[in-house]
Parts: sequence; structure tokens; C-alpha cells
Amino acid sequence: MADTAHDNVNRRDFLMVATGAVAGVGGALVLWPLITQMNPDAAVLAMASIEVDLAPIVEGQEVILKWRGNPVFVRHRTKPEIDAAKAVKLEELKDPIARNENGKDGEAASDENRVVGGKENFLVMMAVCTHLGCVPLGNSGEFAVVQGNAKTGGWFCPCHGSQYDTAGRIRKGPAPENLPVPPYKYLSDTKIQIG
Amino acid sequence: MSGPSKYQPTSAVGKWFHERLPIVAFAKDHALDFPTPKNLNYWYTFGGILAVMLVVQIITGIVLVMHYTPHVDMAFASVEHIMRDVNYGWMLRYLHMNGASMFFIAVYIHMFRGMYYGSYKAPREVLWMIGVIIYLVMMATAFMGYVLPWGQMSFWGAKVITNLFSAIPFVGPEITTWLWGGYSVDNPTLNRFFSLHYLLPFVLAGIVFLHIWALHVVGNNNPTGISVKSDKDTVPFHPYYTLKDGFAIVVFLIFYAAFVFYGPNYMGDAVNYVQANPLATPEHIKPEWYYLPFYAILRSINNKLLGVVAMFSSILILLFLPWLDTSRVRSGKYRPIFKLEFWVFCVVCVALGFVGAQKPNDTLSWIGFLLTLYYFAHFIIFLPLMGLLEQPKRLPNSISEDVLAHSHGKLAAAE
Ligand code: HEM
Ligand code: FES
Repeated sequence: MADTAHDNVNRRDFLMVATGAVAGVGGALVLWPLITQMNPDAAVLAMASIEVDLAPIVEGQEVILKWRGNPVFVRHRTKPEIDAAKAVKLEELKDPIARNENGKDGEAASDENRVVGGKENFLVMMAVCTHLGCVPLGNSGEFAVVQGNAKTGGWFCPCHGSQYDTAGRIRKGPAPENLPVPPYKYLSDTKIQIG
Repeated sequence: MSGPSKYQPTSAVGKWFHERLPIVAFAKDHALDFPTPKNLNYWYTFGGILAVMLVVQIITGIVLVMHYTPHVDMAFASVEHIMRDVNYGWMLRYLHMNGASMFFIAVYIHMFRGMYYGSYKAPREVLWMIGVIIYLVMMATAFMGYVLPWGQMSFWGAKVITNLFSAIPFVGPEITTWLWGGYSVDNPTLNRFFSLHYLLPFVLAGIVFLHIWALHVVGNNNPTGISVKSDKDTVPFHPYYTLKDGFAIVVFLIFYAAFVFYGPNYMGDAVNYVQANPLATPEHIKPEWYYLPFYAILRSINNKLLGVVAMFSSILILLFLPWLDTSRVRSGKYRPIFKLEFWVFCVVCVALGFVGAQKPNDTLSWIGFLLTLYYFAHFIIFLPLMGLLEQPKRLPNSISEDVLAHSHGKLAAAE
């Protein structure tokens, strides 16, 4: 008698655990599509690359383009801006890594490593503050080059006051990283493709 | 409520129904007969005001959806269409827009009321914690609602706030991409925020039900903070508090209407009447007023991750309030040191809000940092210490004794 009761309990325990396990795995399998449907869809992923003609951008000019929904800076830097960026010692940088998709991982954030193919005249980088994503304002901030009473190069983020230097490297404020350089290549001397 | 229901169905139909679903008895016990301390003041009417505001938001929201289009190319225009073309559309939108602000005014008064009278202390810990969750869900709801008109501040507010999650170590960027459904705030983001903005108020209604359930298990606290001891301490909710709450609701609605009809954009930001432009951040971005103190905390710390952690902790710390306050006396009325410190804390919160509204600069960051330190010190240092060190005043023996003592005073003065 006692034996049968015992057997029943074991059998019930087994069924309980087995049912629970199947329900748990089933639940997890259903949950995954519900979660991942929120990730970028095929249409978003297929967003094309853009080509930029550099010829019309004169020295000291900066254009903002849209790539994958985000703004990108293309800046034709002046000589003093490039010199100012080169004069900075790596130890002075808040983020010593280049953050350049076209270079090697973890490369030092020297001025050459922030551009592609040593073409230092053109600085191409995301116009997305690495703090919380605002678009920094150009020709402003404490790290711009001062010429007379005008500032050139350098960015200041109006949201929480982050300051970037003339190579787009973070120097002051809450942002943790340099403005990232997106993947891009030169199609000709005056034409690049981003993405 | 304890004890058997006083509801006795009189008709045969009523009896038949009661035996199958005792909902009338439930409503009578909880909305009419519920024994309520007889000394509740007007600070206690904000719970009722909050319930009314939730209903106002749901009704105005549902009608707005009849005319609104959740798409990046059309959202802004559809809100303008509501304002210009839809019959009374301007009024419905202004009611909804200012309704959100009123909702927050009421919830802040309601929460500070609870802090002053020690309403979070045993046995009301769970009641308090459900309240904090309501507040969190309200903030999420209002945040997503603010994105819907797709103005400049909608867009940049959404971008900055969703980017908070990018501070999470290792998986941060993946989480933000997941939240956005892309590489930036865009149409998928607007669509999901619309879906959730419609959903969350109903979730809120459910949590509010739990809040009131928890309230009716332990009963109301009251300005003396002492527990109900006998029937003499209480009155039935109806007609005493239905009337008092009703009066307060009417006064509050007049205040609300004054904004809707005479200053509908007073609390909003003019920049939100410019359509979203993902390529240019407005010169001075700041959130709606009800988030400003937390925004100030975020900005006052010069490190992305720590700033975000401080901001979330400043809200979540409220969940631990019942255990951080060590005082055995509930009401601030009888706590001389706490009473002073409480008002300092209120001023600090308002000052944080003020700092959050300004453009960032070095001096303000410092002031913000000091205020942030005080904010946390209030919870982690002052509350535990004051409870141990302070000598509370003598408590009245009962609510009833306290009420009589005061009314005798008034009678004597009138003579
Ligand atoms: C907890 C309750 C709610 C709060 C705190 C809230 C808050 C807000 C806020 C702050 C806005 C932006 C107003 C503006 O600047 O134009 C908004 C917009 C909107 N809400 Fe709500 N809402 C609530 C409930 C609802 C519900 C229940 C619905 C729909 C069923 C809804 C539908 C809408 C729509 C369509 C808009 C866009 C139109 C507009 O901007 O006026 N809301 N909401
Ligand atoms: S987003 Fe640029 S400083 Fe915060």
C-alpha cells in the first residue's frame, strides 16, 4: 500500500518536472522572436552606402550628411587645425584610441590614424556625440584654433558640454570616446564612399 | 477591509446577483463604507486627484489617436492637423499635454506628503513601493508620449534618453540599437513608442488597482502618523471623503483649466513646434520640467557611466526608503530635526530642477554636484542618523484625542 503511494509520488514528480521543462523551453523559444523583432529589420540593414564629392568642399568648410540615419561630418581642415591636432601629445588625450573603423583595432589616436590613407585634409567622422548622441557644433569649444576673433575646427556639444579637438578627439566633458570614424574609402582623389 | 460586509441585497435580483458575483458588496465596502481616519487634511486628496488625471489622460489620449499618424513623415503634420482642423482638436491636445504636467504636479505632492508623514513606514512598505513603480511607469509613459509629436525636442529628448542605455558596459550599444530598431532614433522607434504609449496607461491602471488594494489592507496613514485604535478614530469614506476629495478635485481641475485655456504652452518648450531634424541638435536641449532634477544629477557627474548610474539610483533609492528611515515615529509633525531637514531636502530637489533647466557651464556643474551629494546624503546618511539621534515630541494617545484637542483650541479662540 505504502509502496504504491510512493510510486505515484515519483511518477507525479517526474511528470511535473517534464511538463515544466517542456513549457519552459517552449516559452523561451516563443520569447526570442518577440524580443528580436525589435532589432533592425532587413530594410534598415540594407540601407545603402553614400558617395561624397569632396571637390566643392573648400578649406575650412564642413558639411553634414546623413548616413544610416545618423549625421556625418566631412570637414576640409585648414593647416593650423591639422598642426594643432598634431601638436597634442597622446598622454593628454582622454581617449587614447583612434576609433577609426578603417584602421587596426586599438590603434593610438594620433592625427594620422584618425583619417584614411594619410589624407589629413579631410576629416570624416560621425557627428554623434559619444556621450548621449547629440550633434556637436563645429568651429567652437575650447579646443578650436583661434584666428583673430574667429574659431575654426574643434567641436562643442550643446547638450552636456563635451569638447572635441580639431581631430574630433574628446578632450573635456562627460563624453567617454573620440568621435568615431565610419568605414569609408577613396574612390578617386576627390571622391569618397561611406559605408 | 476586515470584518464581514455591511452590504445586504434587498431585492431578489440583487440577492441572485450577489451570490454569483459580489461586486456591489465589494464596491460598497471599498468606496463607500471604508473606515478612514477622521483627521486627513487636503494633502491627502491628491490620491483621488491622481486617479482622475489618469482617466483624463486615457480619454483624451484615445481621441487623439483617432487623428494622429505615427510615421516620421506625417506625425508632426498630423499633430498640427489636430490643432488646426479637428473639431476641438486644440483643446483635446492641450488637455492631454497639460494633463501630463498636472499628473506630475499631483504625483510629486502625493509623494512628498508620504515622505513627510512617514507613510512608507511599516506596515505600508509594499504600498509605498508600488507607488514608486507607478511613478517609474508614469515617467516612461510621458517620455514616450512626448516623442509622438515628432518635434525637435521630441527627437533629441528621445535620442539622449535612449542613449543612456549605451552606458551599460559591454552590451550597451547593442541594447540601444535594439531599442531604436536601427542605428538612430527613426521610424521604427516612433512606431514602438506609439504602441507602448498606448499600452502603458492601462498597465498603470492595473498597478493603481494593486496600490489601492494594498492601501485597503493596511488602511490610511494620517497626519499624526499614529495607528487607528478604535472606531472613534475613523469615519466612513462616503460621504466624508468623497466630498472632501471631490472638492479638491474641482479646485485642481480649475487650476488645470487655467493652464489649458490661458497658458497652454507655458510649461512646454517652443522648440517642439519645429519638426524633428536628425542633422541638427537644438541649441539648448532640456527635458520637460518633471524630469529636470534627475537630468541635473545626470549632468553633474563628469563620467558617462557614473552619471547614468547616479540618475537611475536617485529614483530607485526611493524603493529602500522604508528601511533607510530608522525613526520609530512616523509623522514628521513630531520629529523636530527631521521636520527641518525635510524642508531643506525639498529645496534641494527644486534647486536641482533649476540647475537642470540651465545651459551647462562649470559653476553650475559644481552646484549641481553639491546638490546631488546632498540628495543622496539625505537618504543614506541623514535619514538613518536622525531616526537614531533625535528626541521625538510626545505623541497624542489617539487620533480622536488629537482632533478634539485641536477643536477645543479653536472653540476657545472663537469665544
Ligand atoms: C499615463 C497617462 C499618459 C501620459 C502621462 C501621457 C503623456 C503624453 C505626453 C507628455 C504627450 C506629448 C504631448 C505634446 O507635447 O504634444 C503625449 C502625446 C500623445 N499621447 Fe499621451 N499620455 C498618457 C496617456 C495616453 C493614452 C492612454 C493614449 C492613447 C490611448 C495617449 C495617446 C497620445 C497621442 C496620440 C499623443 C500624440 C499627440 C500629441 O502630441 O498631443 N496618451 N502623451
Ligand atoms: S550628448 Fe554631447 S555632451 Fe551629452
